[in-house]
Amino acid sequence: MGNTSFNRAIQTVYTMWLREMIRFSRSKSRIIGALATPLFFLVILGAGFSSSFQVKGGGSFDKGFLAPGLIGMSVLFASLMGGVSIIWDREFGFLKEILIAPVSRFFVSLGKAMGGVTTAMIQGILIMIIAWIIGVRYVSIWGVLLAIMVMFISGIGFIGLGIAIASKIESHEGFQMVMSFLTMPLVLLSGAFFPISNLPGWLKTLVYLNPLTYGVEALRWCLLGNSTIPISISIIVLVLFSIAMTALGGKLFGKMRV
Amino acid sequence: MQYAIETSAITKNFDEITAVNKISITVKPGELFGLLGPNGAGKTTLINMLSTMIEPSGGSAFVWGHNIVKEADYVRQNIGVVFQDTTLDDRLTGRENLDLHGRLYGLDGKTRKDRIKEVLSLVELTERADAIVKTYSGGMMRRLEIARGLMHHPHVLFLDEPTLGLDPQTRLHIWDYIKLLNKEEGVTIMLTTHYMEEADKLCDRIAIIDHGEIVALDTPQVLKNMLGGDVITLELEKPGDIEKLCGTYQKNGCANFVSKKENEVFITVKNGEREIPHVLALASGAGIPITSVSLRKPTLDDVFIHYTGRAIRDKEVSEMEEVGYKMRSRRK
Repeated sequence: MGNTSFNRAIQTVYTMWLREMIRFSRSKSRIIGALATPLFFLVILGAGFSSSFQVKGGGSFDKGFLAPGLIGMSVLFASLMGGVSIIWDREFGFLKEILIAPVSRFFVSLGKAMGGVTTAMIQGILIMIIAWIIGVRYVSIWGVLLAIMVMFISGIGFIGLGIAIASKIESHEGFQMVMSFLTMPLVLLSGAFFPISNLPGWLKTLVYLNPLTYGVEALRWCLLGNSTIPISISIIVLVLFSIAMTALGGKLFGKMRV
Repeated sequence: MQYAIETSAITKNFDEITAVNKISITVKPGELFGLLGPNGAGKTTLINMLSTMIEPSGGSAFVWGHNIVKEADYVRQNIGVVFQDTTLDDRLTGRENLDLHGRLYGLDGKTRKDRIKEVLSLVELTERADAIVKTYSGGMMRRLEIARGLMHHPHVLFLDEPTLGLDPQTRLHIWDYIKLLNKEEGVTIMLTTHYMEEADKLCDRIAIIDHGEIVALDTPQVLKNMLGGDVITLELEKPGDIEKLCGTYQKNGCANFVSKKENEVFITVKNGEREIPHVLALASGAGIPITSVSLRKPTLDDVFIHYTGRAIRDKEVSEMEEVGYKMRSRRK
């Protein structure tokens, strides 16, 4: 029993992951669209910022500074989208097909999360490569590999959040609202676009409450070799956030009504 | 296991509405059982409970020997469900949809491959199997869903309005598949429909369900025979005369059943040919002009009209006359 139910769990996760991968491979325009936004930021903001500002203490403020922030942003978008896509599954009926199957809902949502985080990591890695091509230099190959791990951990967290939200939202109109009320503040308050070392008190509080901040800071440490928040703290926060969101998403999805 | 499906006093309340009210039915293995009722009668709610989508508020039910609440996973393993609305992933191909289903039900690679071939040929979709579902017609999607519901060799198949919204030709096609499944694969089938013809042509037994309760349950033939005899249809010149004419026939007790629809009155009698003159004489005696008369055998429509509330039970009229003439109208 123990062994077969373990196999079934693995198969459930794999099935859901496989579906996300097939869908992802069919939506080339979506991938290009998802890459275009951060790329514009990187090139235009990078050029604009470096000619206008300088970070206090002498560090340069250019596309190199922005790259980890934009990788974090695209991981956030892709993973939230991956979680919230359950709303679409419900809207178009496929969710019933999953919920009627003799499989655990927890592993269904875990598979969905794995699929979403894979797409998020692919997008993050592509931006990392493009940034490198246009001249951003990373400290080491180990840093790059560690950055991919950071993408994975923070991606899982935001997918869990997305699944939790999707389980509570009744319609896909609500989705638009969530995307604008959640993603923009998360991105703007994350330090993706500005250094967080010298912020006014109120802003600092908000920035430090934002999980994306730790993702961006961790990426900055991995790729550029320095960060305001120590890497150990970032990793601990991200891991705790991911575990909490996976549990929350799994729980709410388990209770979800069709 | 004696029954494929067995419910006892199964009930579902949504807030203040009782969608399913203490329904007790049994379906034998291999039976093709129909739930016939108007929209909102509770058919889908019943199927959703039996297929473990929602939990009942009261009562209990067993599907293929398993309790639908306590052993939901065993029930799920043994059933296939085709919902009213499509539940396919329209970005995937037909074959991919079937494959994912097979994986979710724990079929190994070889079994999936073989079974996909079988179910595709059963619903004649082999040639379109590798097209994206988005490009399918409504009928093809429904066929694919039936095929998918069969992937894991379910013992019981639930079909919720399997031909809703399909054109008549496709509908006939789907009927053939359903019959084939039932006869050749021996699958027990419970389907819901509000098409009389569908229930009549397909089902071994029919439960007529209205306002969450079973109002009649038997084979289509017995249900029709229950009305007793032939149906005389009278078309009135003035729809306003309908109540008066019905009353006239009730009082004279010349018919088994009298029912009405818009400007027509249906009278069920024995020896219809002989009764027509009598029926017409009564109408002209009451001063009600009739524009046309026709005679036919009862259909399931008549049974349905009779049971779902637009009909009057002749037998009860004598008892009711004392408390006043009462329509058995249960429509809201």
